[in-house]
Amino acid sequence: MIKDDKNLKVRRSHRLRVKIEGKVIGFLVGSAAFITILVTISIVWNLAQQSLGFFSEISIIEFFSSTRWSPILIPREFGIAPLVAGTFLVMIISSFVAVPIGLAVAIFLAEYAPNNIRKILRPMLEVLAGIPTIVYGYFALTFVTPLLKLVFDDMIIFNALSAGLVMGIMIIPFVSSLTEDALISVPNSLRQASYALGATKFETSIKIVVPAALSGIVAAFILGLSRAIGETMLVTIAAGATPNLTFNPIESIQTMTAYIVQLALGEAAHGSVEYQSIYAVGILLFIITFAMNTLGHWVVRRWRNVY
Amino acid sequence: MSTKIDINSSSLSRRKLIGFLFISFCLLGVLVAFMGLMSLLVQVIIQGYEWVTPNLIFNYPSRHPEQAGLWAALIGTLYMMGLTALITVPVGVGAAIYLEEYAPKNWFTSFVEINTSNLAGVPSIVYGLLGLSIFVYFLKLERSILAGSLTMSLLILPVLILTSREAIKSVPKAHREAAFALGGDRWQVVRMAVLPTAFPGILTGIILALSRAIGEAAPMVAITALVYITFVPVTPMDRFTVMPIQIFNWVSRPQDEFRGLAAGGIIILLILLLSMNSIAVILRNKYQVRSEE
Repeated sequence: MIKDDKNLKVRRSHRLRVKIEGKVIGFLVGSAAFITILVTISIVWNLAQQSLGFFSEISIIEFFSSTRWSPILIPREFGIAPLVAGTFLVMIISSFVAVPIGLAVAIFLAEYAPNNIRKILRPMLEVLAGIPTIVYGYFALTFVTPLLKLVFDDMIIFNALSAGLVMGIMIIPFVSSLTEDALISVPNSLRQASYALGATKFETSIKIVVPAALSGIVAAFILGLSRAIGETMLVTIAAGATPNLTFNPIESIQTMTAYIVQLALGEAAHGSVEYQSIYAVGILLFIITFAMNTLGHWVVRRWRNVY
Repeated sequence: MSTKIDINSSSLSRRKLIGFLFISFCLLGVLVAFMGLMSLLVQVIIQGYEWVTPNLIFNYPSRHPEQAGLWAALIGTLYMMGLTALITVPVGVGAAIYLEEYAPKNWFTSFVEINTSNLAGVPSIVYGLLGLSIFVYFLKLERSILAGSLTMSLLILPVLILTSREAIKSVPKAHREAAFALGGDRWQVVRMAVLPTAFPGILTGIILALSRAIGEAAPMVAITALVYITFVPVTPMDRFTVMPIQIFNWVSRPQDEFRGLAAGGIIILLILLLSMNSIAVILRNKYQVRSEE
C-alpha cells in the first residue's frame, strides 16, 4: 500500500515534469519564430532611423531630383539617379541573358530532356547556383571583360556590360529552377489532350504548357531580377565605382550596392553624412527589392490556375 | 484554352521544322549555361593552379604576392562558421519546429511564413548594414568576429527555417499519430518521433545554409571594413577577416600576380564549398533511400 503510494507520487511528479518541459519548449520554439519578425522590424527601423538622420541634412528633393552623386568630393551632391540608373542598367543587361536562357533551360528540362540528361543538368545548375558571387566578379573582370574588349575597342575595364552579362549567367539557375517548378506543376492531362488533337511537341509546350504556367514563369523572372538588383560583390568588382547617369553599357558605372560597399570599406566616420548616406541608399534598395519580391509572390498566388 | 491548332492549313513538315528549330534554341540555351560554368572553372584553374601552394594556405597576407597567404582568413572563416552555426541552428530549427508542429493556423502563423520568405529575398548587403549599426555600434561589439557571426546568422536564418520545415514536413503523419497514441505529449512526439526522422534533412539544410554563408562577402565587408589582419582570431571579440574578403582584396589590386593569387584563393574556397555540398548531397541521398523503405 505504502509502496503503491510512492509509485503514484513518482508518476505524478514525472507527469508534472513532462508537462512543464512541454510548456517551456513550446515557449522557446515560439519565441524562435518570433525572432524572424524581430529581424524584419529591426531592419526597417534601423534603415529608417539612419536615413532620417541623412534626410535631415540633405533634402529628399535633392536626393531624388539631382543627377549627380558625389558624396565625398566637393562640391558634394546627393542625387540618387546615377546609382539607380547603374543598378537598372546592369539588371536589364542581365535579363537579356537570364530570361531567354533560363526559360530555354527550364522548358528543355521539364518537357524535352530524358531522365539521364536531367540527372546531369540539374546538379550542374546547382553548382552554378552555389558558386560565390565574388567568383563571378573575378570571372567578369579577368575573362569576360578582355573578351568584350576585342569587340568594343574603347571599352573601359570596369563596365556595366561585362557585369550584366555575367550577372545573367549567375541568375540562370535561379530563374530556370523556379520556371521548371511552374512547368512541372502543369498536369499531364493537358499535354495529353493537346497531343490527342494532333499538336506537335513544340506546339504543346508553347501553346499549352507555357500559358498554363505563365504566372509561375512571370514570378520567376521578377524574383530573378530582384536578385540581380540586390547583388553586390559582382558589380563592385566588375562594373566600376563611377556614379554615372548613362545607359551606355560599355561605360563604367556604380550600382547602389557597390556604393554601399565602397563606403563601408573606407570606414566612414560613424554618424557623418556619408556614413548615413549608405542607409539612405540601403532603404531604397530594400524598398525596391521588397516590392519586387512581394509582386512576384502575389503574381503566383493571384494568377495561379488550380487544376 | 482558346488556342486553335490548325492541322490542315500548314503542312506537318513545316510544323515539325519549327519544333526542331525550337529544340535547337533550347539546347543552345543549355549549352550557353554549360559553357559559362566551364569557362568560369577553367579560367579560375588556369590562372590559379600555380598559386595553390603551402604558402597560400599557411601564410598571412603580405605585400609580396609570392609570400601572401590566406591563413588568417581561413581560420576566420572556420571560426565564424562555428559561431554562426551555434547561433542559427537552435533558433532556425526551433522556429521550424514551431511552425510545423506547434503553430495554430492563424494570422500570426501565416504572417511569420510570409515574413520568412520575404527575409530570404532581402539583399545580403542590407543585412550588413543592419549588423553594422546594431551589433558593431549599438551593442558595441566593435568589428569583432562575434558581430560578424551574428550578422551572418540573421542572413542564413530564413534559408535554414525553410529547409528545416521541408525536412520536418516530410516526416509521415503516421509517425506522429503512433507517438500520440502511446500517450506522448507534443514535445515528446517531436523529440522522439519527428526529429530523429527529420534529422538528416535538417542536417543537409544546415550544411547548405552554412555553405552559402562561407561564400558571402558583401555583409562581411560592412562589418570588417578594409582590414589587414596578420593574426588569427582567438576570442570572439577579436577583429577578423574571411576568405571572400581576402580574395576581394586581391582581385581589386591591379597587379597580375595578385589576380593569380585571388584565383588560387578561389580554388581553395571552391574546394571547401564543393566538399560541404557533397556531404549534403550524400546525406540527402541516404535520407531519400531510407524514407522509401
